[in-house]
Amino acid sequence: MLEQILNSEAFFLTMALLASTLRMATPLGLAAMGAVYSERAGVVNLGLEGLMLVGAFFGVLGSYLTGNAWLGVLLAVISGGVLAFLLALVTLRYKANHVVAGVALNLLSLGLTSVLLVAIWGNRGKSADVEGIYPVNIPFLSDIPVLGEIFFRQSPFFYLLIILMVISWFLFYRTKWGLRLRAIGENPAAVDSLGIPVNTYKYIAVIAGGMLAALGGAYLSLGELSLFGRNMVSGRGYIALAANILGNWNPVGVVLSSLLFGFANAVEMNLQLYGWPTQFVQMIPYVVTIFVLGGLVRKVEAPKALGEHFDRGDTHV
Amino acid sequence: MEALRMKGIIKDFGSTRALDQADLVVKKGEIHSLLGENGAGKTTLMKILYGMYEPNQGEIFINGNKVVINSPKEAMNLGINMVFQHFMLIPNLSVTENIILGQEETKLGVLSYKEARKKVMQLSEQLGLKVRPDMRVADIPVGEKQRVEILKALYRGADLLILDEPTAVLTPQEVKELFKVLKALKENGKTIIIITHKLKETMAVADNVTVLRNGKTQGIIAASEATPEILAQMMVGRSVILEAVKEDVNKGRVLLETKDLTLGKKLKKINLQVQQGQILGIAGVEGNGQTELLETLLGLETATSGSIYLNNTDVTQKAVKERLKIGLGFIAEDRNDRGLVNGFSIWQNSVLGYQDRYQKNGILNMQKIYVASRQIVSNYQVKVENIFSKTSSLSGGNAQKLLVGRVFYHDPEVLIIAHPTRGVDVGAIEYLHNEILQLRKKGKAILLVSADLDEVRQLSDRIAVLYEGKIVMEGNTSDFTEEALGIYMAGGDLVNREVVLS
Amino acid sequence: MKLWQKVGSLVLRLFLALFTAGLVLYFSGYSPLTAYKAMIWGAISNWDGIALSLVQATPLIFTGLAVAFANNCGVFNIGAEGQLYLGAMAAAVIGAFIPPLPHFFHLFLALLGGAIFGGLWASIAAWLKVKAEANEVIITIMLNSIGILLCSYLANYVFKAPGPVAQTPEVHASAALNRIGTGTQLSTALLVGLGLIIIIWVVLYRTKLGYEVRIVGANPRAAATAGINVAGMTFVALFISGALAGLGGAGQVLGLHSRFIDGFSPGYGFDGIAVAILGGNSPIGVLFAALLFGLLRAGGMVLDRTTKIPVDFVLIIQAAIILFIAAPNILKFLKGGLKSARTNTKQ
Repeated sequence: MLEQILNSEAFFLTMALLASTLRMATPLGLAAMGAVYSERAGVVNLGLEGLMLVGAFFGVLGSYLTGNAWLGVLLAVISGGVLAFLLALVTLRYKANHVVAGVALNLLSLGLTSVLLVAIWGNRGKSADVEGIYPVNIPFLSDIPVLGEIFFRQSPFFYLLIILMVISWFLFYRTKWGLRLRAIGENPAAVDSLGIPVNTYKYIAVIAGGMLAALGGAYLSLGELSLFGRNMVSGRGYIALAANILGNWNPVGVVLSSLLFGFANAVEMNLQLYGWPTQFVQMIPYVVTIFVLGGLVRKVEAPKALGEHFDRGDTHV
Repeated sequence: MEALRMKGIIKDFGSTRALDQADLVVKKGEIHSLLGENGAGKTTLMKILYGMYEPNQGEIFINGNKVVINSPKEAMNLGINMVFQHFMLIPNLSVTENIILGQEETKLGVLSYKEARKKVMQLSEQLGLKVRPDMRVADIPVGEKQRVEILKALYRGADLLILDEPTAVLTPQEVKELFKVLKALKENGKTIIIITHKLKETMAVADNVTVLRNGKTQGIIAASEATPEILAQMMVGRSVILEAVKEDVNKGRVLLETKDLTLGKKLKKINLQVQQGQILGIAGVEGNGQTELLETLLGLETATSGSIYLNNTDVTQKAVKERLKIGLGFIAEDRNDRGLVNGFSIWQNSVLGYQDRYQKNGILNMQKIYVASRQIVSNYQVKVENIFSKTSSLSGGNAQKLLVGRVFYHDPEVLIIAHPTRGVDVGAIEYLHNEILQLRKKGKAILLVSADLDEVRQLSDRIAVLYEGKIVMEGNTSDFTEEALGIYMAGGDLVNREVVLS
Repeated sequence: MKLWQKVGSLVLRLFLALFTAGLVLYFSGYSPLTAYKAMIWGAISNWDGIALSLVQATPLIFTGLAVAFANNCGVFNIGAEGQLYLGAMAAAVIGAFIPPLPHFFHLFLALLGGAIFGGLWASIAAWLKVKAEANEVIITIMLNSIGILLCSYLANYVFKAPGPVAQTPEVHASAALNRIGTGTQLSTALLVGLGLIIIIWVVLYRTKLGYEVRIVGANPRAAATAGINVAGMTFVALFISGALAGLGGAGQVLGLHSRFIDGFSPGYGFDGIAVAILGGNSPIGVLFAALLFGLLRAGGMVLDRTTKIPVDFVLIIQAAIILFIAAPNILKFLKGGLKSARTNTKQ
């Protein structure tokens, strides 16, 4: 009986669907985690798309230059940090509207990566093939029937996501750094009145968030294709933003919502195989987010001071 | 022994002098009341002590040592802590998290939450400050939030605790609780300063009282020697500078009337009548329902029960627009908030609320607007370059004249005027008062809300005192002495000649 | 600030943006001077270039106006892209599936359909903002993706023209916007856009509606006190904003492509945000900003054809322009820098 089930086609398909759900969820989860850092500190991160794109590009570039994919990942993370620093600078120091700055960041990333793509590889569509990062079978665990195949034969990025989820949760809810950061996103004036350097925390959080988003982008290029394609993030940044909202700005929540959206993604790919319309399945993340924000699905609570500029007013400078 | 001495403090905000040689001396282990009307400079003085404002001049001594306090952090290091009127709490965090924020204890980077919680509980029990340490601050009542704020200060090792208007948001029962706590803190050797404008509180809890008026220290008095009359007199002063001439005017029909007007718990069965040619002044300490009364009369809030009549029409359920059309004129209490649109030009602000009168088929008649705007500017002596300059370029007095001029120019039958002379120079005050009296002479019905007792007494035919959302007393202006008004405003009872703690 | 100061600051910011973008190009291994020369030369030295610039500017006039109008009411409409798609699809369907009618009538119907569907799409955001106090920025972003996917579905299945491409059938001649001149892609959609600049200017500055919209945008509390229905104005402003974006989409369909093509917009809606910001949310400013962006885009296309530098360089310029315009304090940094430089020389 059991053998029959394990050998059936339906079972095989389900397994494949679950495994690809995890694959699809990985970049979303990493980028959404990045949004959690930035937005918990009160900075709206509409630039996720651009941060992912830059990560994807510099990941490939690093791998191309060094021949080592992990050095590529390192370069990706650094590039994400640098771009996020730019976001922090214009919003925190020069007081640009967060949304507008995010839009600019996305344009900049698309322009920059496309121009560099031509400059380096002389090709307008895609880069050369580079050393990628391939799935790793975890010893012993990957031999567990069913579970092993789904969970323990994944890309290192997936394991990284799970580790980062645990670390981030711990950071946010068990350390003073996290306590202060969460407080800053809610009421920066109150935190300031306690003598805590509000803007320093904000800078660090935005930059860390940018690094995580870039890591998600690096997965798309290095972990999936081993090359960079022009505009290859193609809207995943916005889905990650949606995952961040549905996940209620919580490190564990965003991984769960990314899994949901990843599942929709996996289903869509299967539908495509059969030539069925995929658009409605693709809409799921966006529709869910609208229902959530409309108060129809579940209650979420954005940080209260999200998107606001923090000024001390008439205090000592 | 002296815990604190502030000497000759001067603080200017732009061209306004908020504090003018203010002094304050507080003994160790006492509860000291810093008493004064709104705008007297109490909070400014305390923010200087807390390192939030820099004084232009003056010295501060803590326990006899001269200090310079540059930031809240430095104040905290000196054992000074302040609980603000608007709580500085993070609603999403738990009570314990709020208390330890910024003073967290960690082990290897991990928050020692359990120990912190224990410490908070100890502190809480020791002083009778009852809080629930695991509740989210968003879910606890106001009184508990305040206790959290006090605990937060004590957790930081405060010796000198400043409380800004601590009872403003509390129910009478909560006030009693708070006072018990403050007395317990005193027993524990803490020094406490409460900023307040309520006589009742001062009498009930303070050892000594310092009275501030117009940024100057009026004197210090032991609470045991003070009477409400003395305090009210010190607070309000006798400095009645301007005597507007109030002619006798024949009163006509009732144009504005409320019947048992109620708004949630904010307004309780308000009954008012204003006749043609009459000014009814609403006296009261701010925060006793004035804003709610104004917004309900205008239609921004809808009454939960009772009704409002404008010129014999029931407008209780009508929108703001309808009420303006019937002939209601409204001068908002804060001209920068609900009155003027500051990024916009004079002419655009001149017709706001009356735009319907300057259009045909939806198209604005610019010539008509410009004419009206120029007339308002010249009739009401608004000093401007031209009507195309921005409202934000006007001084306080001129901006107020523009706001008042806009409403008066459009000839309302009933006027609701809130704080007409707030933040306005002396010359403009006289002018505005005369304009209001002119309207009275023309037979308009006027409701005046003001925190300035002199203003209310000078202009009004009748006065109603608003206290905790109720009209506690109403009568002809001549029936009230200044002291009596002060006592009613503080929730006191004239018959017993004493302030009772409700 | 005096007018010349404003203009001066604007020019300085634009110059800094071009300089910064050029710097990026330089570090990518290209000569920015050659690039800018090729762009400007290509975009304005001949009629073809000018026509191309105007073709590229046309949709930006609509989307720029759309974003600017909502901004005047204090509503940030990031959703012009989605509204543009909905409008384009509505116009394409009315133009192709309703049998030929008298020219102006059919064209009018198609444009009206585009405006209404764009407006309705934006109204979803207005409804959620007013009823659920949802943040319009996130909602309109989500509606962008949904709208584009919805139109993609319609172009792939419901209204698909025969053939391999995901597009609708060609619109009837009676619904088309005529071409201006021969041999160019320039259509009367540009004239519609110019007309709308004037109309929106009049609406904003000479009608009661515009007055109330702007009061709500500047100070909603004062607006409510003056008897203005703030929620109602939010609705109206977003509907008009969406209608303008929808008209932009209709203009592309009826004037340029003659049909709805899946994924036809390279981000006109997002560029509209930049146009509105650069244009200071005023219709006249939008016109100039749209022309500048059209010129940049056309220049970029020439660049793309004649050099190795891809058209995407334009995106870097746009991003730099947005950042320099939208960050109010960025010139202070410059001032501070100059000051310290001066004191340094003194020492």
